[in-house]
Amino acid sequence: MAEALQQQQQQLEEDEEQPQQQPQQQSSTEETPEPDDGAKENIKTTLSRSLLSMRSMSCVESEDDSPNMIVYRKIEDIVTCIQDETEGVPIRTVKSFMTKIPSVVTGTDIVQWLMKNLSIEDPVEAMHIGTLIAAQGYFFPISDHVLSLKDDGAFYRFQAPYFWPSNCWEPENTDYAIYLCKRTMQNKTRLELADYEAENLARLQRAFARKWEFIYMQAEAQVKIDRKKDKTERKILDSQERAFWDVHRPVPGCVNTTEMDIRKCRRMKNPHRVKKSVYGLVEEGTQSQSPTHTPSHLCRKGTKEDVEKEILFLNTQLDRHCLKMSKVAESLISYTEQYMEYDPFITAPEPSNPWTSDDPSLWDLENSIREPSQQRVKKWGFSLEEALKDPVGQDLFLKFLESEFSSENLRFWLAVQDLKRIPQQEVAQRAQDIWAEFLAEGAPSSINLDSHSYERTSQNLKDPGRYSYEDAQDHIYKLMKSDSYTRFLRSNVYQDLLMAKKKQFETEQGRRTSLEKFTRSVGKSLTGKRLTGLMQSS
Amino acid sequence: MQDPLPPPSSSSSASPACDVITSAVHSASCLSAVDRRRTNTYTHTHTHIHTHIYLYMRPPPGAMATQELQINESLAHLKTESESLKTKLEEERAKLHDVELHQVAEKVEGLGQFVMKTRRTLKGHGNKVLCMDWCKDKRRIVSSSQDGKVIVWDAFTTNKEHAVTMPCTWVMACAYAPSGCAVACGGLDNKCSVYPLSLDKNENLAAKKKSVAMHTNYLSACSFTNSDMQILTSSGDGTCALWDVESGQLLQSFHGHAADVLCLDLAPSETGNTFVSGGCDKKANVWDMRSGQCIQSFETHESDINSVRYYPSGDAFASGSDDATCRLYDLRADREVAIYSKESIIFGVSSVDFSLSGRLLFGGYNDYTINVWDVLKGTRVSILFGHENRVSTLRVSPDGTAFCTGSWDHTLRVSSSFSFSLFSVISLSPEVLLTHCVFFFFFFLQIWA
Repeated sequence: MAEALQQQQQQLEEDEEQPQQQPQQQSSTEETPEPDDGAKENIKTTLSRSLLSMRSMSCVESEDDSPNMIVYRKIEDIVTCIQDETEGVPIRTVKSFMTKIPSVVTGTDIVQWLMKNLSIEDPVEAMHIGTLIAAQGYFFPISDHVLSLKDDGAFYRFQAPYFWPSNCWEPENTDYAIYLCKRTMQNKTRLELADYEAENLARLQRAFARKWEFIYMQAEAQVKIDRKKDKTERKILDSQERAFWDVHRPVPGCVNTTEMDIRKCRRMKNPHRVKKSVYGLVEEGTQSQSPTHTPSHLCRKGTKEDVEKEILFLNTQLDRHCLKMSKVAESLISYTEQYMEYDPFITAPEPSNPWTSDDPSLWDLENSIREPSQQRVKKWGFSLEEALKDPVGQDLFLKFLESEFSSENLRFWLAVQDLKRIPQQEVAQRAQDIWAEFLAEGAPSSINLDSHSYERTSQNLKDPGRYSYEDAQDHIYKLMKSDSYTRFLRSNVYQDLLMAKKKQFETEQGRRTSLEKFTRSVGKSLTGKRLTGLMQSS
Repeated sequence: MQDPLPPPSSSSSASPACDVITSAVHSASCLSAVDRRRTNTYTHTHTHIHTHIYLYMRPPPGAMATQELQINESLAHLKTESESLKTKLEEERAKLHDVELHQVAEKVEGLGQFVMKTRRTLKGHGNKVLCMDWCKDKRRIVSSSQDGKVIVWDAFTTNKEHAVTMPCTWVMACAYAPSGCAVACGGLDNKCSVYPLSLDKNENLAAKKKSVAMHTNYLSACSFTNSDMQILTSSGDGTCALWDVESGQLLQSFHGHAADVLCLDLAPSETGNTFVSGGCDKKANVWDMRSGQCIQSFETHESDINSVRYYPSGDAFASGSDDATCRLYDLRADREVAIYSKESIIFGVSSVDFSLSGRLLFGGYNDYTINVWDVLKGTRVSILFGHENRVSTLRVSPDGTAFCTGSWDHTLRVSSSFSFSLFSVISLSPEVLLTHCVFFFFFFLQIWA
């Protein structure tokens, strides 16, 4: 293991020379609009360029990178930059009591570096991302099993690339047993087992009772190899090894960051390779394929039909009429502005947000059919769709149409909506019923369809399906929208509701749950108006 | 008379001309002696061999060989044609890209300080929470987890109302029926099952289970359409499908993704018949439910698309991906119109949802946080900590008053905005008391004045 580490370190030095020559990559983060001044942005873009131009050492860039690898590469870029001699944090040997602590960095240094180089304003956020990077196993506190980053003077050390998660480690319990065994053999206080580790060791001893001799031998061999190393180097390597196991066998209660989303497992970097042993063990029984490494699910190769379909699709897209960005932006902005007063995250709802105040009266009010709020009534005026979406609005519109003797349009539209929602078995019959009710000769609720739609609909009905009336429904909807709906909005029924609510809203005292509203009302009462009203109502 | 010739071996490294010659020689050997004399004079010219085959061979297996070559050539032709069309399409779209959304949005008032607060924490799952959905009554939710449990909660009171144990682990999808009377769920069992919810707590829900959808790989997402009677599903087998709940019949299937489909969302319009899906092929496709055709496709993400959600007007949709960005795509412009990303955000987005007006985009991330974006300006307005492991699912409630997040830390959290107004901080009962006291004070003041 020591040799492997040394090799890795050499490779690290070699690779560090290369990345400087890498071409600049297109970065999506560079396009992100940031409200920064020019100078700051320049620094940022140069850094992101340098961050992205460095390749991680442990993997070859391939088109089908699994999602985990993408994150690992980004973290590795960051970690490599932090350790950079000129741009990074100072990694030094600290003298303390009788000993020297080699190759460490303080937490504060890391937090400051992250804030500066990743444009983070809040140190809490920097600590959070630092903790995550530590939890993944890229650096660690030298005197704690729990992998986190704190903004203090505690010391941290960087993990050796050999142990990086991007190497797809899935260490076996035999390796873990060897490691724990090895620790007990060396009489050093810093290598004493923590409680949970002692428990784990006991458990493993029971589980591997038969081959414990073998494990013991391996542990002894490892101890011999370690003894040959230089004292300082040993300290560093021991701590790195411990941090490795803190990632793969975390402290109980800590997040196990090696857990994977099962949907992404199939595209792991080494789908067919066997699991490697940390200590170079080549043992019978360990050469099994990882259960999560099922054969990778390759993208379906393009056959001739696929490409032909694609060409057809692209041609259709070329013929599509698209809007200009300026128009689209205006449309999105105006929609958002119109609905912002209804958005509880932006405008506090009246009387209160139930989740905030623990009072569900907002929902009770919404459910009560008798008194829709003025705000709600106003919404029906935004579009026919809004009016129909709200059952109270829909009801009012229907009543209005009935007064005009044109309710068959809305009833047809509702019937067709319903047709699309019923079980498949009932569709054919219902389609016929709709025809009989609305479209047949002498139908009781005859609707006015243009001859073209009429023809198409009657054709569709030869093989009735849930979409047989789409054309007709479309036509009727447009009719209602341009004709009846505009009249509805101007009608007395609607206007009274819209205006009357305003008056009622002011005189109604009701239950005021907000002190703010009360002080406002008190203010008004001091001018006399409100109070007289109140006296009248009470 | 003549045995049909075997097609030439697939040593297709040889040039097409060579293959034709080989097959012609093959065919020549089978002809009668008289014919062979004629063929020998024609073996040297490519074109003559072709005509020779037409004249003397019936059926022409040699022609089959040329057909295969023609297919290979035409496939290459087609691919070049497809590539050139793509370039042309990009050029056409770029012409309409006269301004950026955030530039036009400069005139819009900023949102200012924005703080979110967790109001409820739902504990009860024994393993990672993978999916959740709201009921139309704005307070109940259904959630599913890796331990196979599906739980229905009244999130407002935090009470558990129903619990079902699925026969499989990793229940990755769950949905609440519009009526509130049933829930659908599925995952590694490759199926989507519907459980009617009964008011009788003692009744075994599992007994009434109805298996609706059958896929050939894991179920990644499911959603009821506007009624309890149809379910739309997406699967790791690369397809989406629309099912009739009553009969379990497949009504329509949607093919087009080249890899696992991870998410879907139905268009919010009452009159619309479309939905959008996102997959591991980095594509987001918009589908017509009636015909099964893909009507629009977007491919700008750099990794798997984990979540898609329509903008409330239905004219655009947002997507969240493992490349740590959220993106907004507009259907009328047929292109990506905004990217929401930061240098300090390096972990993938697992789920996204809009606030009611579409001004805010909430993203649940694999770095345990929730980032809130200003959709128009493209900036982040808030970050919410609290979960102790990945946020796996995020949905805004039907009336937009709160959003619920589920996480790998086994909990669900309901959060809403925290107003800075002093008065809303005061809780209900003492305030009512205070209100009355102050009111009476002023009342008497008025009378005496």
